[in-house]
Amino acid sequence: MLTRMIALIYKEFLALLKDPKSRLVLVAPPMIQLLVFGYAATFDLRNVEYALYNEDKGIASRELVAAFDGAPAFRRAATLQSEEQIAPLVDSRGVLMVVHIGPRFSSDLLANRGAPLQIIVDGRDSNTAMIVLNYVSTIVERFNTQWIKDHGLENAPAKLDVRAWFNPNLESRWFFIPGIIGMLTLVTTMLVTALTVAREREQGTFDQLLVTPLRPGEILLGKALPGFIIGFIQASVILLIATKWFDVPLLGSLPAFYAGLSVFLVSGVGAGMLISSLAVTQQQGLLGAFLFMVPAVILSGFATPIANMPRIVQMVTLIDPLRYFLVILRKVFLEGAGFDVLMDQFWPMAVIGAATLAMASWLFRHRMY
Amino acid sequence: MNERGGSLMRLKGLVRKEFLQIARDPSSIAIAFLMPLFLLVLFGFGVSLDADHLPVALVAEQPTLDSDDFFSSIEGSHYFVPRRFLTMASAEEAMREGRVNAIVHLRADFAKRLSSREGADIQIIVNGVDANTARLTQGYLQGVWVNWLDRRARNAGRDLVMPVKLEERVWYNSDVKSRNFLVPGLVAIIMTLIGTLLTALVMAREWERGTLEALLVTPVSMTEVLLGKIIAYFALGTGGMLLSVGLAVWLFGVPLVGSFWLLWICASLFLIAALGMGLAISTMARNQFVAGQIAIVGTFLPAFLLSGFIFDIDSMPSVVQFITHLIVARYFVSIVQTLFMAGNVWSVLLPNVFALIVMAVFFMGITWRKSKKRLE
Repeated sequence: MLTRMIALIYKEFLALLKDPKSRLVLVAPPMIQLLVFGYAATFDLRNVEYALYNEDKGIASRELVAAFDGAPAFRRAATLQSEEQIAPLVDSRGVLMVVHIGPRFSSDLLANRGAPLQIIVDGRDSNTAMIVLNYVSTIVERFNTQWIKDHGLENAPAKLDVRAWFNPNLESRWFFIPGIIGMLTLVTTMLVTALTVAREREQGTFDQLLVTPLRPGEILLGKALPGFIIGFIQASVILLIATKWFDVPLLGSLPAFYAGLSVFLVSGVGAGMLISSLAVTQQQGLLGAFLFMVPAVILSGFATPIANMPRIVQMVTLIDPLRYFLVILRKVFLEGAGFDVLMDQFWPMAVIGAATLAMASWLFRHRMY
Repeated sequence: MNERGGSLMRLKGLVRKEFLQIARDPSSIAIAFLMPLFLLVLFGFGVSLDADHLPVALVAEQPTLDSDDFFSSIEGSHYFVPRRFLTMASAEEAMREGRVNAIVHLRADFAKRLSSREGADIQIIVNGVDANTARLTQGYLQGVWVNWLDRRARNAGRDLVMPVKLEERVWYNSDVKSRNFLVPGLVAIIMTLIGTLLTALVMAREWERGTLEALLVTPVSMTEVLLGKIIAYFALGTGGMLLSVGLAVWLFGVPLVGSFWLLWICASLFLIAALGMGLAISTMARNQFVAGQIAIVGTFLPAFLLSGFIFDIDSMPSVVQFITHLIVARYFVSIVQTLFMAGNVWSVLLPNVFALIVMAVFFMGITWRKSKKRLE
């Protein structure tokens, strides 16, 4: 029985790797994608282009402008002379933000009347707009504190003192790169498993496989294992790139990471096998892969937090294995978590894996065309 | 026999054949109609970057009227779901377990130092793992803090004097709802998937089964075969596009400021480029399995991460920015966001439309050339 299994697994690996194009698709993209996505996926702004419309001639406004020009998040792309220039510039996406300093800015400030500073932001990308406003308020806040100190004014009765745990500089890259590891691993398991059975069905070789002494459970295992092994190796390489190249801290225990990865791979491979055993043609397999993969990624909390979703969609995310793996990844990487805090994430993935594999195995036997 | 008339007749036959094939395996119809319906409804409701109901822990080492006053203004904000903790240790434990996102901590001398010259400190600790939510939390708390100072000053019969007062105005999406920019972006992402998936396997299938050779011994030319496929799947994709736009406008109430017909034209162009990408994958891969693999790796994640749908392209390093120019979805995301929220802004639309035309010609060109070569 063992030799049968080994022969089958060997055959599955051959089927995957004998075509040079298929080999290339399996190996190259995950590495390239981690590098590209690792740089692309960030909510930290750099060089956001802004326009300045300064009607004030005083020193105070010059100080404020210097603070904006000195911030790495902003880059002045235009200096405007009239109010009419604002609208066309923002319309055409020439700049994301306009800083408008009124003519009485310096005199208001010196007279201690509270000088208004008008900020216009392009809200088409509402998230970027919110982050821009956040950066602006930090700059203004710092300017105010300095101004109060320099002019011997009375402090506000209370001030905020903000610290961040686990990610002191609030680098969003630290948040996204562990997520990318999970995403790419999911894509790989889909790649290896989702089309395999459909291909054999279409070519008629699946019927041949079923009349061999192999039992359906063994066929399932033979088809599932390559996905597991390839996913495991790939995730390890990606992990290495994430920590060595991107310097994302890995504070938690490696065994916890690998335990999480293994359970996640079982659930991902299970979903892939289920899709594969349902599909009669490869076209259907491909559709199934996307109908699973796209929601699994978007609803996993990778970019948009699950807490922001309405209750009913939150319930849907409970059957998304990636959701649990992302929590494990982030907790292991940034919070230094071990097995104790992660138990809640392990068992739902195990349940998903067991359920999908059982259904796939049943379908192997009962779905014949 | 009239050569042109014959060609038209052959083309009609080919389109009919494609439609018959589509009807036989309903997965194409599912791609065009089920996928946008399912994904857009799920994501349109589910995907949001607007954090509210943020769980925060409130700790006052020594509860006083002042600390109560500050906490109640946090409790009055719809952004937060505050919970009071008696000790810092229990609050920190809640944060480690992920039950709260932030801790607001007032020291025992808070009330006393409020009236001192240097002022009191309000200590805030945020969980920085999700940096974006952490920043939003910080921003919202800042808002609560300024309002609280203002109210206190007014109760004492004075005006709160902040040297510089921010007046923020957000154009185009003034209530800063992320759904208004995410849903148009989702339409673009879903259209990319529809367009590519519809055609990714069709040419490979014909090569694999040898039916293409059978077709080519008839008077039908390769160009006609390709054209037949494009026409059939273009019609199917247009249906999916109309469904997506309809859902965005009527179900999600995203305002379509720009012209609908302009959107239709741009979407059609984009659809041709996306179908072309699918055909190119299909023709180059030669077999369905590899074509399917390339479609899985090459379409969704790049469109999701590199199109500007959620991550700002200008903030990426220049090498990565360069790579984004190869992503068809990038141009359409920009077009759709502009048409939906800002209107017919030609200076944004024209370069993107031009890029779409270039991409469409590029992919169709590859497909056509690769198909020709195989004939010899």
